[in-house]
Amino acid sequence: MSDWLYALWPGLETSVGLLSLQPPGWGGNLLRGAWASLQIALGAFALGLLIGTAGALGKLYGGPVTRDLLSVYTVVVRAVPELILILILYYAGTDLLNQALRAMGQRPVEISGVVAGIAVLGIVQGAYATEVLRGAIQSVPRGQHEAARAYGMGAVQTFWRVTIPAMLPLALPGLSNLWLIATKDTALLAIVGFSELTLETRQAAGSTRAYFTFFLAAGAIYLAMTLLSGRIFGWIEARYRRGQAAQ
Amino acid sequence: MNHQRIAEEVFVPHRIVMVAVALGLVVWAALALRWDWIPRYYDLAVQGIWRTLWLLGLSCLIGFMLAVPLGLAQAAGPRFLAAPARAFCTVIRGTPLLLQLWLIYFGVGSLFPQFPWIRESELWPYLRQAWPYALLALSLSFAGYEGEVMRGAFKSVAGGQLEAARSMGMGRFAIFRRIWFPQALQRALPTLGGETVLQLKATPLVATITVIEIYAVSSRVRQDTFIIYEPLLLLAVIYMVIAGLLALAFKLLEQRFNRGMVG
Amino acid sequence: MKTLTLLATTALIAVAGLAQAQEVRVGIAAEPYPPFASPDAAGNWVGWEVEIIDAVCTAAELDCVLTPTAWDGIIPALVSGRIDTIMASMSITADRMQTIDFSDPYYNTPTVIVGQRDMEMDASPESLAGKVLGVQVSTIHQAYAQAYFEGATELRTYQTQDEANQDLAAGRIDATQADSLAMDDFLATEAGACCEVKGAVAPDEAILGAGVGAGMRKGEDDLRAAINAGIAAIIADGTYDEITARYFATSIYGN
Repeated sequence: MSDWLYALWPGLETSVGLLSLQPPGWGGNLLRGAWASLQIALGAFALGLLIGTAGALGKLYGGPVTRDLLSVYTVVVRAVPELILILILYYAGTDLLNQALRAMGQRPVEISGVVAGIAVLGIVQGAYATEVLRGAIQSVPRGQHEAARAYGMGAVQTFWRVTIPAMLPLALPGLSNLWLIATKDTALLAIVGFSELTLETRQAAGSTRAYFTFFLAAGAIYLAMTLLSGRIFGWIEARYRRGQAAQ
Repeated sequence: MNHQRIAEEVFVPHRIVMVAVALGLVVWAALALRWDWIPRYYDLAVQGIWRTLWLLGLSCLIGFMLAVPLGLAQAAGPRFLAAPARAFCTVIRGTPLLLQLWLIYFGVGSLFPQFPWIRESELWPYLRQAWPYALLALSLSFAGYEGEVMRGAFKSVAGGQLEAARSMGMGRFAIFRRIWFPQALQRALPTLGGETVLQLKATPLVATITVIEIYAVSSRVRQDTFIIYEPLLLLAVIYMVIAGLLALAFKLLEQRFNRGMVG
Repeated sequence: MKTLTLLATTALIAVAGLAQAQEVRVGIAAEPYPPFASPDAAGNWVGWEVEIIDAVCTAAELDCVLTPTAWDGIIPALVSGRIDTIMASMSITADRMQTIDFSDPYYNTPTVIVGQRDMEMDASPESLAGKVLGVQVSTIHQAYAQAYFEGATELRTYQTQDEANQDLAAGRIDATQADSLAMDDFLATEAGACCEVKGAVAPDEAILGAGVGAGMRKGEDDLRAAINAGIAAIIADGTYDEITARYFATSIYGN
């Protein structure tokens, strides 16, 4: 039984040794990479939510120019591959920012890899979040909104106290999907040389030539992250749906 | 939408201004940026676009053909089929495509030296090249995402219809072909268009395993000429055009499909 | 919320770091390139070039920070200001000098063709015709292969030399063109047993360049002078030879 396994994967023990957390094992590097990926995914998701909320409100209540500009933003981001957006924003973004700062007589700033990664993925996430949140806000019955205003709530208060709680259950499936995309998109930063999980894996695989071992291990880490967060989102959704009328 | 309405929508003052600004940007880009490299790379770019489209089309086709049984197994199959189908979709959807691609290309490649007979096999001329791995990875990825969609689509077809067909004496295969599958397909079609655009956006990743599609061509321009932004901008425009055409094609397809179904 | 705080602090640190001493971000390739620069299992960068960078920076009194950057985009990263200098085994070529400046060379390596043991070939275009040749993206080898071999020979472009070597061992490519010093390292491994050096390519200084130097943005003459001084200093005081002796059997400085 295990003979063929060893034939297919010579040195199963070596693989285990390669993955150990202490050097000479590379497991520590992978975990450090996973932590970096997680940080970027969290940051990008949060930034995406901010942009998405602003974008959804702009699309629903903004003037015609705002609405059209937001449409351009969402259409472009959803049609151009993330990899290309990342390359453009990663290189051009820093360049343009520093040129603008220089033009204003400021010193150029250094943008760390983490911040650049979060910004780039956040802009991509924002476009998708705009659509998810817009759909959710739209499906909140108008009457709830009007009732809140009739009670004397201001626009901001209505948004916080009525719109957000009412639309969240509707937005959650889309948002959980976006979170999954955020975790997986961090892998693209490997191509611009940011050391997150995929690049750490590639380095470990290249240095040890144990390509199968490391790619499988990284796959398992990503899968653990997505499955675990799927559970968490499911739990949040169940909580939020409790108070809702059956649909 | 008729022409008059289109005209009404475009000729609003702020839109005219926006179109003018956009045109201004295009003119500025044409004059201020460097485009002299285009004639030299024209042939390569056409080949690259062709390879992108070809990988996209074939991988979507194969992926969809895999997605139908994957969806069916999960929606109505026995557990010993449903569980592996579900596990497959979960793994594909839970890991980055880039990693899957590298596992399939470099991981499999690392096994070749241990099995010398592979190099003597008839398949070796194909196994040597990069595109079969790219096609495999893209197809499996599409199957994973679309399998999930098809699962929902198969489940959403009302059971009563299937029972009615059975009571009319239709065979299992006939029911599937004439009633179940067409309705599931109609339900999946709106997402199918979106998934195809997502698949288009995934194709540039295959450049990392030496397949020369359009993204790889733009990288080559950058390496040869040290021009950084212009090839990327043109590339973004090319992808937008392809995505737009795909969206249009699926819209037409959907209209045709719906006409036959509802009317 | 925490993430936002984190984001803000990171940004602040980034800005604050700049206000202090002149930090020089030294761009090295994020992909392993043994024995020159590769990450070890503890996450540290090690290799001949990493030690040389360290020594040059110490001698030139520069506050250097190693900044791994994707090789494929390392010149854009330099031009757009993400890094201040490139010290990543980059050859000094006329093409690159149109975009960036270079320091004096600090090492030199012959360019060789490494191919399958069981195949007859040398480094000439005629002998490589009909074969599959792997090269690393954005290198002098890619430029050279495109100029001399492309057309008759099928070229495959890899993101890293490691991946080209991996495919060479797998038999997916017949040969690869690369720096001989880096290939010696690969040929000494178990996977490298498949292959041998088939010969050095015909010289073409316009493409292959005159040795490896540190790259910097055009006009940054102070930095260039400092790095040149650093290189001269470590050669003069023997540090250079001492480091080299630990990695290579012979001198790699060239003439």
